Amino acid sequence: MAISLTINGERRESNAPEGTPLLWVIRDEFKLTGTKFGCGVASCGACTVHVDGQPTRSCQTYVEDLEGAEITTIEAAKDAVAVAVQQAWNELSVVQCGYCQSGQIMSAIGLLTENPKPTVEEIESYMWGNACRCATYQRIRAAVQRASEILEG
Amino acid sequence: MTVTLSRRSFLQSATAATAGAFVIGMSPDQVLATPAQAAEITPFIRISAEGRVTAVIKHFECGQGAATGLTTLIAEELNMPPSDIEAEFAPADNKRYANLLFGSQATGGSTAMANSYVQYRTAGAAVREMLIAGAASDLGVAADALALRDGAIWQGETRFDLGAFNATAMAMAVPAEPVLKDPADFRFIGNPAVGRLDNVAKTNGTAEYAMDVHLDGQIVAVVLRSPRFGGKLVSSDDSAAADVAGFIRSAPLPTGAGVVVYAETTWAAFQARAAITAEWDFSEAENRSSDQIRDDLLKAVNSEPQYVAGGDAGAARDGLANAAQVIEQDFYFPFLAHAPMEPLTCTIAPTETGVVVYDGCQGPTAAQMALAAVLQIPAETVEVRTLFAGGSFGRRLTPTADYHVEAALAFALNGGQSPVKLVWSREDDITGGYYRPAMAHKVRVGLDDAGRIMAWDHRVAGKSIFKGTAFESFIVHNGVDHGSVEGAANTPYDLPVRFTGLTDDTSAVPVNWWRSVGHSHTAYVMESMMDMAAAAAGQDPVAYRLSYLAGGTEDQDRLTGVLRLAAEKAGWEDAPAQGRARGVAVHKSFGSYVAEVVEISRDDDDYVKVEKVTCAVDCGLPVNPDVIRAQIESGVGYGIGHVLRDEITLTDGIVDQSNFPDYEPLRITDIGAIETHIVASTAPPTGIGEPGTPPAGPALANAMAASGDRITYLPMTQNGADFV
Ligand code: FES
Ligand code: FES
Repeated sequence: MAISLTINGERRESNAPEGTPLLWVIRDEFKLTGTKFGCGVASCGACTVHVDGQPTRSCQTYVEDLEGAEITTIEAAKDAVAVAVQQAWNELSVVQCGYCQSGQIMSAIGLLTENPKPTVEEIESYMWGNACRCATYQRIRAAVQRASEILEG
Repeated sequence: MTVTLSRRSFLQSATAATAGAFVIGMSPDQVLATPAQAAEITPFIRISAEGRVTAVIKHFECGQGAATGLTTLIAEELNMPPSDIEAEFAPADNKRYANLLFGSQATGGSTAMANSYVQYRTAGAAVREMLIAGAASDLGVAADALALRDGAIWQGETRFDLGAFNATAMAMAVPAEPVLKDPADFRFIGNPAVGRLDNVAKTNGTAEYAMDVHLDGQIVAVVLRSPRFGGKLVSSDDSAAADVAGFIRSAPLPTGAGVVVYAETTWAAFQARAAITAEWDFSEAENRSSDQIRDDLLKAVNSEPQYVAGGDAGAARDGLANAAQVIEQDFYFPFLAHAPMEPLTCTIAPTETGVVVYDGCQGPTAAQMALAAVLQIPAETVEVRTLFAGGSFGRRLTPTADYHVEAALAFALNGGQSPVKLVWSREDDITGGYYRPAMAHKVRVGLDDAGRIMAWDHRVAGKSIFKGTAFESFIVHNGVDHGSVEGAANTPYDLPVRFTGLTDDTSAVPVNWWRSVGHSHTAYVMESMMDMAAAAAGQDPVAYRLSYLAGGTEDQDRLTGVLRLAAEKAGWEDAPAQGRARGVAVHKSFGSYVAEVVEISRDDDDYVKVEKVTCAVDCGLPVNPDVIRAQIESGVGYGIGHVLRDEITLTDGIVDQSNFPDYEPLRITDIGAIETHIVASTAPPTGIGEPGTPPAGPALANAMAASGDRITYLPMTQNGADFV
C-alpha cells in the first residue's frame, strides 16, 4: 500500500512497507542523499530533517506516521534562516568531513527559527544530540552565534 | 615515519610524473576532449578552453583539508585564488599519483601536505611557465611581456583567457626545473583568510559520499559476520528473511567470514539480515574477555619483554637500583573503534573492460589490487572513483582491504553483471574490529636526590599493527614493531639511561592504525610519567620538561618552542582560579610538534569539566592556517573524547558495545574553548591531521592529577572519574 508524503513541498508516493524509517525512504527511494545515515538509533543527528518545521531524527520516524506531514530536507533548506546558517558555516569553515553537517544545519535552523538569539547554553543543549566525530563543536557554537547576528541584520 | 624529501629526489619524481604530460583522454570523462577543450598539462592540473582550472587531488578528503591544501599550492603558483579552482579526486594510478613517502597511492601518516608541497607547487609552476610560453609564441611577444594573474593571461592591460593558448602551450617542453614562487610573494599559502573549498557542497547537501551512490540496477549487500573475531561460518538459514519485503537472497562468503545478504534497499537488507540465523565454528576465534586480555598484557609488561626496542636493560636496572627514589606505574589502554561518521561502504559496478568502485578511497592502489585479486582481473581494469569520505581516522585503509574484499566478493557472488553496494551499519562498525590495539605499559623511573632522572625503564605490550602486512618491512625491525613504541622508544627528551622493551600479544582481534597510531598511547604514558617525575622532584611540570629539552637538537628546540608558547598563552605562570586546575603535555608526531595545556574545573561533588585547551603547534610552514587550527581542534576533541569514556570491551570474545549509545562520541558540552597558536616557520610542512591528538589525553590526565587522582587505566569514566 503506497503512502503519500509531502517532501520539500512536493507530494510523493512511497512504496515502503510500514515500519520503514523515513530516512531510508528519503535516501533510497527518493534519492535525496543530503540527509545522512550515521547510527540509525537517534543517537547522532546526521539524519535530521524537519517534520512540520521541527528538527526530527528521520531514522526513528516511521513512514506510516507521516501522512499529511510536511517534510523538509537539507536540499530544500532555503529560507532566510537557512541562508544565514549556511553563510555563517561557510564564513567560519565549520565543516571537516562534512558528513554530520546536514544534520547540524537542520538542527541549527530549527534552533534559530524558534529562538533567534540563543545563549551558549541554549545552543549547547539544543545541539547536544548532533554528534560530530570530527569534533567541529567549537565552530558550530560560533557559527550559530554568527548566524544569529546575520539574521539580526 | 618521517621522511624529508630532498629537492633533487622530488624533481626526479616530478619529472617522472610529468613525462606522460600532454595526454588527452586519460580518464573516461575526457575521452571526447580535444586539446583546445581541456589541456591536461601535468597529471595534477587541467585547463579548459574557457580557462577553467581543475586541480587533480591525489589524496582523499576525509575532513583533514587535503583538497583545500593541495589546491592552494597550485593556486599559489598559478597566481589565482584557490576558490576559482575546481578540485577533483585522482583516479587510481600509482605511477602518477603515488604518495611520494609510501610509493603507493594512499593517504596516511599525516603525509598529504608533506609529500605534496613541492610536487604540487612544481606542477603549478611548470604550467605557469608553459602557459606563458605558449601565449608568447602565439602572440609573437617575449615571455616577460606577459603575466599570469587571477585566472587570466595579461599583456599589459589586455586580458586573454587562461585556456586561449592551450594548443601551443601543450606543445611546449615541460620545464625540467620550473621556478617556484618566492615565499615572500605568497598570496594564498599561509593566508588565514583562505577557507575550505568544500564548504558550500558540505552545507547544502550536495557533497557526494560513497554512501550516496545510487546506480541503475544497483542492489544493496550487507554481511552477517561472526560474533567473535576469527569465527568461521558453519551454516546459515535465511528462511525467515523471506518475509522481508525487498529481500533478494543470501549467500555464504567463500572465506567463511559470513553471509552476504542482498536486498533492494538498505533498510530491507538490515531487516533481512536480522532474520537470518547462522552457526559458527569458534575454535580459532578470540574467545577471551577483554578483562583477560588486559590482565595478560599487564602481566607481559611486568615480565621480561620479548623484544628490545631500544636502550640497555642492564644499565637501566643498575640506574634504578642506585636511584634515591623510583616511581613506577602501570598503564592500560583499551581497544578503540575509529567510528567515522559515515559507516563503511563502497559500490562496485561492471564496466566494459572491468569494474569501477565508488569509494571514499583512502588507498586507491590497495583497493585496486584487492578488487583485481578477488575478481581475478588485471589491476588496470579496476577503476577507482574517489568520493568525499565521511571521516576515517585510519579506518578506511586496512592492510587486508577488508571492506573492499567483502564488496568484491559480494559483487562476484551476485554474478558480477550488476552494481552491488556494500553497506555497513553503525553496529557493524563498532563491532567490526580493526581497532586501536589494547595496550599496556609499565614504566619505572629512577630519580636521584635532586629529582633528576637517572634511569627510565619502559615496557610495552599489545598486538602489532604492522606485522604480517605489506608495510612490515618499513616499520618492523628485529621483531620490533616501531608502531607499538613510537613516541616512547625514540623520545626526544634527554633521558640518561633508557630501556624500552616490547611484547607482542597474539589475538584474533583485528587491529589497525587509529588517529596517531602508537602515539595514541605512548604520549599518554611519557607525558604522565614526566609529570609524576616533576611532582616527585617538587618542580614545575613545564620547567622540568624544558630541562630535558635543552640539548640543542632540532626536535628539542621545536618542542621547547611550542611548550613555551602554549604555557605562555595559557597563563601557566599564574595560579589557576579557585576550583580550576591545569595540566600540560608536549609531543612530537608525524614531523610536527604540539603542546597543549588543558584547564579543568572540578565541582564540590568532584565532577570535572574540560574548560579550555590551549594549543601551540609547529608543523613547519603553515600552508592553510585555518585548516591547521581546525585539525588541532579536531585532534584534541578526538583525543579527549576517547580518553573520557570510550572503550571496546569483549565478553567471552563478543564485543559488548554496538552503537553510539554505548560508544559515546564527544558531545558539544564536553570541551569549552580550544585555542590554537601556530608557530611561524619556514621549515617544510609536516603533518597536521594526527599530531593534535596525542598530547590531549595526557594534558587532561595531568590536570586531573593536579587536582585529584592520577588516572592510568582508560577510559577515565570507568576508572574513577566523573565528568559533568
Ligand atoms: S542516523 Fe538518525 S540519529 Fe543517527
Ligand atoms: S564534520 Fe565530520 S562528523 Fe562532523
